[in-house]
Amino acid sequence: MDKKTPLYESHLACGGKIVSFAGFAMPVQYENGGVIKEHMCVRTNAGIFDVSHMGEVLYEGPDALANIQMVLTNDFTKMSAGRVRYSVMCNDNGGCIDDVIVYKYSDTKYMVVVNAANTDKDVNWMQSHVFGDCKFTNISDTLGQIALQGPKSKEVLAKIADESLFPEKYYTFTPEVDVAGVKCIVSQTGYTGEFGYELYMPSADAAKVWDALLEAGKEFDLMPCGLGARDTLRLEASMPLYGHEMDDEVTPLEADLGFGVKMGKEDFIGKKAIEEKGELTRKRIGLKVVGRGIVREHCDVYVGDKKVGYTTSGTHCPYLGYAIAMAMLDIDYTEIGTAVEVEVRGRKVAAEVVAMPFYKRAK
Amino acid sequence: MATVLENLKYSKSHEWVEVLDNGNVRIGITDFAQHELGDLVFVNLPEEGDEIAVGEAFADVESVKAVSDVMSPVSGVVCAINEDLLDAPESINADAFGAWFVEVENVSEEEELLDAAAYEAFCEEE
Repeated sequence: MDKKTPLYESHLACGGKIVSFAGFAMPVQYENGGVIKEHMCVRTNAGIFDVSHMGEVLYEGPDALANIQMVLTNDFTKMSAGRVRYSVMCNDNGGCIDDVIVYKYSDTKYMVVVNAANTDKDVNWMQSHVFGDCKFTNISDTLGQIALQGPKSKEVLAKIADESLFPEKYYTFTPEVDVAGVKCIVSQTGYTGEFGYELYMPSADAAKVWDALLEAGKEFDLMPCGLGARDTLRLEASMPLYGHEMDDEVTPLEADLGFGVKMGKEDFIGKKAIEEKGELTRKRIGLKVVGRGIVREHCDVYVGDKKVGYTTSGTHCPYLGYAIAMAMLDIDYTEIGTAVEVEVRGRKVAAEVVAMPFYKRAK
Repeated sequence: MATVLENLKYSKSHEWVEVLDNGNVRIGITDFAQHELGDLVFVNLPEEGDEIAVGEAFADVESVKAVSDVMSPVSGVVCAINEDLLDAPESINADAFGAWFVEVENVSEEEELLDAAAYEAFCEEE
């Protein structure tokens, strides 16, 4: 039996088509939308997504920083309170357990947000590695989370909250903003490549915030958006998804997430293993499909008769108007412009290695 | 609610079949099917002259989410394909019954097809 987020009834009221995802009953799209419409709405106006299935944990105490320094790959020592930072969590072999974002409240309090599909695994791993004077709490079930994404997000939110409290910079947050009478954590973050916010609130109040955002968004043509659009948006923006671009066997450097891995810091779980692997032998790259067809995940990639890797995700990009994919390729074939072929159900489809991100919003 | 046309016959795998005056048949996917699939962005069709067989895939359609086979409700030879679909797969979403995929001649076999009322009832149970 799938778990329901606090917004399950709201999805039904909005005509959500419910599917099973990571143990949750989630909307994949809505009756009046559809993946393409919802996708375009986020690129041009604004959309809201239920992301309450994501997990959240707290590290609190004098050794909170030391704990996240050890268990996560990024460096949090010089981070200011009110900032948000992306990181990977590695196993002892340097493979990825998950990718996460970290919210710093103070030198002694951090919130880590993890992928829904990995929450149990992550919590077990983190819990078993806690040391010193540090309290670790899984608060996943107490919080609802709504992503408000799109160029009109600020105008929408300003109708139901005090604009002066909004986080002004990308990857910053305000720990307490009154949104339609509900105390929310508001961060300028997201998974769409678009301007926007993510709001965290007590589970019991999630539906109230959802309804207020729908109402406030009416004049901006805001739409509720499902997991379908969430996936095409993140793909178009080249954002990695755990279980696709990275997993237990792939290092964060292979997944091209080096910006979230600080090899210079004293130590973290997986550092030694990554060092021992030495020079990269393969890397995540972006592909533009130039032949006819759509490339999905788990397709073999060829140069001539030689198999040089496999795709990790792929779709037709609604905004760009063409098909793209991400792939893990042998390092010799990762240069921009390299021509490859992808085997799609017995047929070879031409593609080209291109720079990522595929889509970048105009500032 | 999905539309069903009276003059067509239907398969349980959600294709429609129109019998033309010359005995040839046209095949497409139903309004119910396009609705279930979501926004279509790619169509792969057979070529003229290809033989197709009852219960076997003869084409595929891709939504932004996934690829799905289109099964043939008849056996015969493809004598025409609707090339317009290749450039405009979204026309299937807009008008599933206007967007025929292939025309088939020398029809030698036909699976047990449903009439409009039976198909409508079948969809309600799906």
